[in-house]
Amino acid sequence: MTSTTRADQPAVSEGARVAGEPGGERQAVLTIRDLKTQYRTDEGTVKAVDGVDLTAYRGQTTCVVGESGCGKSVTARSILQLIDHPGKITGGRIMWQPDPATEAVDLTQLDEDGERLRRVRGGEIGMVFQEPMASLSPMYTVGSHLMETIQLHSDLNEADAKDRAIYELKRVGIPQPERRFDNYPFQLSGGMCQRVMIALALSCDPSLLIADEPTTALDVTTQARILDLLHELQAETGMSMLFITHDLGVVAEIADDVSVMYLGKVVERAGVVDLFENPQHPYTQALLESIPSRDHDGHRLDRLRAISGTVPHPAQRPPGCSFHPRCPHAMAGTCDVDEPPVLDLGDDRIAPCHLHNPETSGGGRPLPMLPVPPVPEARETPEVREQTPMPASKQPMLSVRDLTVEFPIRKGFWKRTVGHVGAVSSVDLDIYPGETLGLVGESGCGKTTLGRSIVRALAPTRGSIAYRAPGSDSEVDLADLSGRELRPYRSDVRMIFQDPFTSLNPRKTLLQLIGEPLQRAGSRNRPPAGKDVADSTIQDQVADMLAKVGLRPEYMRRYPHAFSGGQRQRVNIARALITRPSLVVADEAVSALDVSVRAQILNLLKDLQEEFQLTYLFISHDLSVVEHVCDRVAVMYLGQVVEQADTGSLFDQPQHPYTEALLSAVPQPDPHQRGGGRRIRLPDDLPDPTNPPPGCRFHTRCRFAVEGLCDRGDAPPVLQEETGHAVACLRAEEIELQGRH
Amino acid sequence: MSSQSTSIKPLPSEPDDQSADSYAAASRWRLVWRRFRRHKLAMVGLVVTILVYVIAVFGEVIAPYSNSHLNADYAYAPPQQLQIVDTSGDSWDWGLHVHGYTMERDPETLEQEFTTDPDNQVPVGFFVQGEQYELLGLIPWDRHLIGPVASDTPMYLLGADQLGRDQLSRIIHGTRISMSVGLVGVGMGFVLGILLGGISGYFGGRVDTIIQRAVELFMSLPTLPLWLGLAAAVPREWGSVERYFAITLVLSLVAWTGLARDVRGRFLALREEDFVTSARLDGTGEPRIIFGHILPSFTSHLIATLTLAIPSMILAETALSFLGLGLQPPTVSWGVLLQEAQNIRVISTAPWLLLPGAAVVIAVLAMNFLGDGLRDAADPYKH
Repeated sequence: MTSTTRADQPAVSEGARVAGEPGGERQAVLTIRDLKTQYRTDEGTVKAVDGVDLTAYRGQTTCVVGESGCGKSVTARSILQLIDHPGKITGGRIMWQPDPATEAVDLTQLDEDGERLRRVRGGEIGMVFQEPMASLSPMYTVGSHLMETIQLHSDLNEADAKDRAIYELKRVGIPQPERRFDNYPFQLSGGMCQRVMIALALSCDPSLLIADEPTTALDVTTQARILDLLHELQAETGMSMLFITHDLGVVAEIADDVSVMYLGKVVERAGVVDLFENPQHPYTQALLESIPSRDHDGHRLDRLRAISGTVPHPAQRPPGCSFHPRCPHAMAGTCDVDEPPVLDLGDDRIAPCHLHNPETSGGGRPLPMLPVPPVPEARETPEVREQTPMPASKQPMLSVRDLTVEFPIRKGFWKRTVGHVGAVSSVDLDIYPGETLGLVGESGCGKTTLGRSIVRALAPTRGSIAYRAPGSDSEVDLADLSGRELRPYRSDVRMIFQDPFTSLNPRKTLLQLIGEPLQRAGSRNRPPAGKDVADSTIQDQVADMLAKVGLRPEYMRRYPHAFSGGQRQRVNIARALITRPSLVVADEAVSALDVSVRAQILNLLKDLQEEFQLTYLFISHDLSVVEHVCDRVAVMYLGQVVEQADTGSLFDQPQHPYTEALLSAVPQPDPHQRGGGRRIRLPDDLPDPTNPPPGCRFHTRCRFAVEGLCDRGDAPPVLQEETGHAVACLRAEEIELQGRH
Repeated sequence: MSSQSTSIKPLPSEPDDQSADSYAAASRWRLVWRRFRRHKLAMVGLVVTILVYVIAVFGEVIAPYSNSHLNADYAYAPPQQLQIVDTSGDSWDWGLHVHGYTMERDPETLEQEFTTDPDNQVPVGFFVQGEQYELLGLIPWDRHLIGPVASDTPMYLLGADQLGRDQLSRIIHGTRISMSVGLVGVGMGFVLGILLGGISGYFGGRVDTIIQRAVELFMSLPTLPLWLGLAAAVPREWGSVERYFAITLVLSLVAWTGLARDVRGRFLALREEDFVTSARLDGTGEPRIIFGHILPSFTSHLIATLTLAIPSMILAETALSFLGLGLQPPTVSWGVLLQEAQNIRVISTAPWLLLPGAAVVIAVLAMNFLGDGLRDAADPYKH
């Protein structure tokens, strides 16, 4: 049955305008109409999904994108009736038609424990979840997981099922599938586990694969390979994909169709190219603008255009258009009263917004369109930048020399040390006053450990951390100090944590939290210039700082539970800055935040840097954010800095093969850049950090590695600086690497 | 300040600012209380527990008779029913009373038999004058919440024991000892458990290993023989107060182990929490980190654990006293009272002697419900 035949059912005809699509007719495998899923809680009914229309076409990838709490996952789970207890599908239809020759089935009408739904689950529709480690049972081997699914959905005998399982493992690119068959999930890396999950989901040749944030928990290099794999498998089997993500870069990489969700509703549906080039809903526009992207004019000081506020809790949905409180184009009297009509914009696009409705917008207020991003020109060379980050005369504020942090591995009753994990080994790093130094690398490369040693949350094993307070000529080695001696420097070097939820003690008010460092006797608290010192009591200072980070001073009596993630991160920032530090280590400070809130926080950090003359060490795995905020970037691999340079020079002309691979793995929020032959994918996962490879630590994954040179343990590469661009590669001069252009 | 960073305004959909503020500025205990209130069974448990402790504190006022009041004439007198209306006459006479007894001795078995006699009315009143006592050990008083108006008339609402002592009064007097043995025992175990568990969890390393092995050693000892042995070691000539403390000490020796493990586990987990690290980076000293950040993070869990530990203490005391190795008469506790019900023949003639057991069941159940509710509500930040 094609969608044209479905059009004679009046209830579904509205959204199913598929015939006459450019590119021929598309057949829907899954058509969701007006789906409503609600959670009944003590506080009232939460409408997690409120009238979603969604269509997945045969052989294509439909992306559902939105911030957290927008109902993406609940929509996906509703399809297979996998909603947790208080939740219930209260309306709508989910028409499932794996085979065009048969009649479509309404999945919402199936018995939850019935035979038919069991056949759909895992058999006809496969599902991949976000946390691969948590989705596999640690009690069973990879093989038994696969065998169970295969035997449940087919009548193969044991031997055939085993062959099939090994074939599936091979198909998802797992090396030595016969050996991996008998491994337990905890013996595999995260990327491998996700491959196993995909193998599981695909083992019964489903017609549709639902992937719920399948790459969010993975490193960017692993993510790139998983996305490639999904692409290949789709080309091979012709399955459809429903891909749920919050990352617009991933959307640009993989989607055919995109549905943007906001507060349980689809606010825009379009083809991927249309969506990125010509977004029609204010929310989509704002989302796209809040991604730090190189396609703005390349001017680093550009502020991101953040969406104000945060996504409200689904229980507190604003009346009218649910986006209107955050919408820059909201029209009073219309947007906050009436729900926007679903109007067809042609090309199978919808974007329910009052501005598209001639009756309400009066025709006089066309939606401001985003300019099509200009084709990036060759970026200006770094010296044209207004702020030359590193004048030769300047002395570093912090200079790290030969820093090594090792964690002992202890075994046995007496906890004898049997080995060491070298989280950071012999790192040299200079941080200059007023700059933002980025620190990037995959998880496990030691960037967090390095950051924590600099703030001295950890004691380094070896090496020095020389700190020079601004305006002073003497240096102090922070690595040598301990306990009480460190206290004066605790207020100079501060840290912003990643997780806004665990880093604030829920039992203290904001006043107690932010004021805590001030309460210590002897805290060197420089009053801000031009302020009367006498009235700077703790409370006033806290109120002042709250206002500076964009929170109302009245909030100081509140507890952290009353704040959203973004607001809590502001509290964290206030807490770090209350002592007027000179250096702030921001450890993945925006990684846990939604796109729109992330832009707010990045802007805030930038404003505060100017106001307080701060120096940042910005640790992140997200290269696009690093490119946006950092003056210089250091790339870490397995505890070592492999490349260090100005941001522009590093992104345009990387000199280390690892940097090149990292850059290439970052999905670009531009569907035109998809593919393009620049793909460099890293084989294998990170080597064992207890026993790093000899010679160049990267040689096991490097495409330029030469035997007898790179793997020689007696001559490891060292960081060599040349005109501000330092690289640790033995073949740096011979090899030709691609930048981001 | 830029326009958008100051644009954090209260969401329009937020309820009016006052109620939002009351939630936002609600401390943890208020949040715990909110969640606890929704737990019906736990609320019942809380009310009953409070009642039991009120009885324990004001036992002398509530009990009709003192601990030592006896009247051998009424040995094994059965429970009387409290009457409000007297219909024996022509008209209805209102007034609280019980029926008195007529006693007969069975000529064959020589057993004393009681029958209630509707004609023999014993008027009962509230706050009647009775024996002298000292309220809370300080204020001399002679009023009793309920009792016979004439103090020499018999009133045995829950029957009498072998010496003609009022069972109701004895249960009420026993409440104090039984309920406080639990508290004191748990309190001592609490101090030991937090101290040793905290040291073990915070410092780790070899100290941890040693303390944990000690915990395992204590846990591996069979508790009943240990109690028996230790209780038997208490010198016979000790008075009731000394004996009481000896027993609580014995009980708490075993009680701290589970708590120590719990505390250690929480210390280990919380030591790594970001907010503890950030407090350390604020330059906060070790004592303040432990007592200002780590301990408060799990006090509500500790209270729940404690509430659940008290019933087991009560049961242990009851068991020990029942076996004759715990408290000894004249101290009155539920276990001591139950000692008298050891004989099957006594139970068949005076089943009301088992009533202290019902008191144990009610108290233990109530505290378990309360503890369960507290445990569920203890962490208001997890959803």
